[in-house]
Amino acid sequence: MDIALVYLLLIGFGILVYVLLDGFSLGVGILSPLLNTPEDKGLAMKSLAHLWDSNQTWLVFGGVVLFVAFPSVYSYVLSNLYIPIILMLIALIFRGVAFEFRFKADSSQKWWDISFAVGSTLATFCQGLILGALVGDMSSPKSLDEPLQWLTPFSIHTGVALVVGYALLGSCWLIRKTEDGLQQRVRMLAKVLLVGMLFFLAMVSVEMLLEQPAIASRWLDWPGNIWLAPMPLLTAFFAYKLWNLLNSEEEHSLKPLAYVMGLFATAFAGLVAGIFPYIIPGRLTIWDAIAPDKSVYFTLVGILIFIPIIIAYNVYNYKTFSGKTSLKDGY
Amino acid sequence: MFELLSSLPDSSLLSRIQFAFTVSYHIMFPTITIGLSLYIAIMEGLWLKTKNPVYLQQVKFWMKPFAVTFGMGVVSGVVLSYEFGTNFSEFSTIVGPVLAPLLAYEVLTAFFLEAGFLGIMLFGWNRVSPKVHFIATCTVAIGTVFSSFWILAANSWMHTPAGYEIVDGVFHPTSWLEVIFNPSFPYRLSHMLLATCLSASLLIAGIHAYYLLRKQHTEFAKVGFSFTMKAILILAPLQIVVGDFHGLNVAEHQPVKLAAMEGIWETEKGADLRLFAIPDQQQETNHYEVTIPKAASLIIKHDLDGEIAGLDQVAKEDRPPVPVVFFSFRIMLGLGGLMLLLGLAGWIARRRGRMFESKPLLTFSVLMIPAGVIATLAGWYVVEVGRQPWLVQGLVRTTDVVSPLPAQSVAFSLALFVTVYSILFITYVYFMRKLVRKGPATIESLLNDQSTHGQDEDLPATLNPAQVDVGYTQEMSDYIDAHNTDTRKGDH
Repeated sequence: MDIALVYLLLIGFGILVYVLLDGFSLGVGILSPLLNTPEDKGLAMKSLAHLWDSNQTWLVFGGVVLFVAFPSVYSYVLSNLYIPIILMLIALIFRGVAFEFRFKADSSQKWWDISFAVGSTLATFCQGLILGALVGDMSSPKSLDEPLQWLTPFSIHTGVALVVGYALLGSCWLIRKTEDGLQQRVRMLAKVLLVGMLFFLAMVSVEMLLEQPAIASRWLDWPGNIWLAPMPLLTAFFAYKLWNLLNSEEEHSLKPLAYVMGLFATAFAGLVAGIFPYIIPGRLTIWDAIAPDKSVYFTLVGILIFIPIIIAYNVYNYKTFSGKTSLKDGY
Repeated sequence: MFELLSSLPDSSLLSRIQFAFTVSYHIMFPTITIGLSLYIAIMEGLWLKTKNPVYLQQVKFWMKPFAVTFGMGVVSGVVLSYEFGTNFSEFSTIVGPVLAPLLAYEVLTAFFLEAGFLGIMLFGWNRVSPKVHFIATCTVAIGTVFSSFWILAANSWMHTPAGYEIVDGVFHPTSWLEVIFNPSFPYRLSHMLLATCLSASLLIAGIHAYYLLRKQHTEFAKVGFSFTMKAILILAPLQIVVGDFHGLNVAEHQPVKLAAMEGIWETEKGADLRLFAIPDQQQETNHYEVTIPKAASLIIKHDLDGEIAGLDQVAKEDRPPVPVVFFSFRIMLGLGGLMLLLGLAGWIARRRGRMFESKPLLTFSVLMIPAGVIATLAGWYVVEVGRQPWLVQGLVRTTDVVSPLPAQSVAFSLALFVTVYSILFITYVYFMRKLVRKGPATIESLLNDQSTHGQDEDLPATLNPAQVDVGYTQEMSDYIDAHNTDTRKGDH
């Protein structure tokens, strides 16, 4: 198999895992101001204490594999989206340190709650902006030395869409990890967020089809679109199942999270299918940008050896802390 | 806001200032956590072996500063991994094929390892067996060492590049063994690992000395103080020897840097050692020199009349900023000397049986708390500033590979980093101080519950489901009954 394609799949895998895992971690932060009591906020945060770090590592993984395989793309994307990336990093700093300081604070707990909420929301919004700017750049490349070229109505829409989407992931994580009143509350929030996410997903998709002729022709022209038809159908199916689950009273704590992850996965696959084989939409294909063989094969050995090991001990980590979160676990 | 920032220096200089600032900030935290994770792993091992609860007390106490410091290191480190692309895009494009795989291996073998087991190390006390917990602690420690391995391989390569060829202006690797084990790598890695062990030892020794001075937690403090004073006695001289070897390597591969470190402007035989001087880059000379005749040649060439190449071996524009390199080098050496002195003072006090009472020793130890971190920072300035104006020695000029960003953008991000990092640093010091003041958990509370540390004790019982009994309590009670120590009395 073609090495550029292998790396595209690896980066896609890294990004998707990041979105699913840090998505719910960030989502809990976005939701936290909507929780009622300081205990609930503390519990929500504690449910992530053992994993936020390893979840966030997938972001570094995605970045570094992009750097290995497509160094010119890495430098192009990062320098062109300078401000949203820096803002995202600063937001992630605030959010990360909140985990360390909140549980050691007395009087300043409130500030760390704010730091957690604002940091998570801003980091998510910036990720959405980055996505929107990359996709929106396709048909109308803008001048690179303009500091605000990434700020467009479309990128703001993708930013908001991602905030709503991650919040939905976060609420389904909390359904899994909490009980009683707190669970009731997040269940209710999840319903509102599901409607919101479907709305934004539809809006962003329509905008993309209207503004990007290349994507539109791939999605709408017969017979190519037959391959893509399952994606909207799957989306509708997952949304329907999730809605039913949220409305029923039974205890089924893991399924909602699984369905919303399914929603994200299909949306992500749809996006990649619209852009492929470009790595910078409309400019560079994966074959134009691939790094020298010696670099990509050397790294591939490491990836193939270590990724299964990493997945195995991450699963072990989740198993160790499975079940409802207790505020008791600490150090 | 952007209009206000119209008369700015160019973005290249701002990007370099920002990278220097963010990397300096980051490096303080791994410098502490690498050594500290080893200390915690050793203490946990001793606890498992002896069942003496005072070792568990060490583990539980030092885990908190470790977690906070580690968190700061992670969040500031993520920034660096993206800054290559954001601020040095041209560098990433041309050198990426060599450096990116090293960073990828760091993420694969270290970053994930640390992050994956940190959760169990910090929060897993009631959920896994003591042996599994110990494995998690060791894994985190090993992860930190792997991490420094790859980062220093990448950094060393930029000083002494090897195993590459240049194709159309892009660096292609030809031999990974040569890239990783480039000529300066072994010296740099051992120098850095010793630096982090020393820094952590100084921190631990100083905090325990503080308790001993205040006659608080004395049984607890004696264990940590005694252990780390031994460590300093071994590590400080070892570091001086390794540093000397590293210096010889610099003399061989980066003679201009060495000339800047020594303040030697003109190539000379039998060069003097400048103890103090004020280097003047414009006039190419030193003011107010205090020297030891021929000592520089003796140290570097191991020959009284050995020839040392001066800064005049290269054109003016190829010289680093000499005063920064010169003074940083002396700060590092001075602090190294004080560390050696502390180790010896501890050894003498121990032989006289006054290690835990000697006020001058304990005070000296408290004052030395930040010495390791400062020396490490100074060392990095020698290394990194000394390489200028090159980013890859002799091949890539720093100013040629900076992203062509608008100056306003970089000024904005730099201001943001300075503000945010300052706030965080104050908060970090405040919380560290708070943890030290609170002191270790008493043996009794460790006996009663493995996980509580005050902060969670007041929570409603509904949030505390039944805990898994993993048998620490019985073992510790047995230990205390068997030894009938007065540890408990001494710990108030």
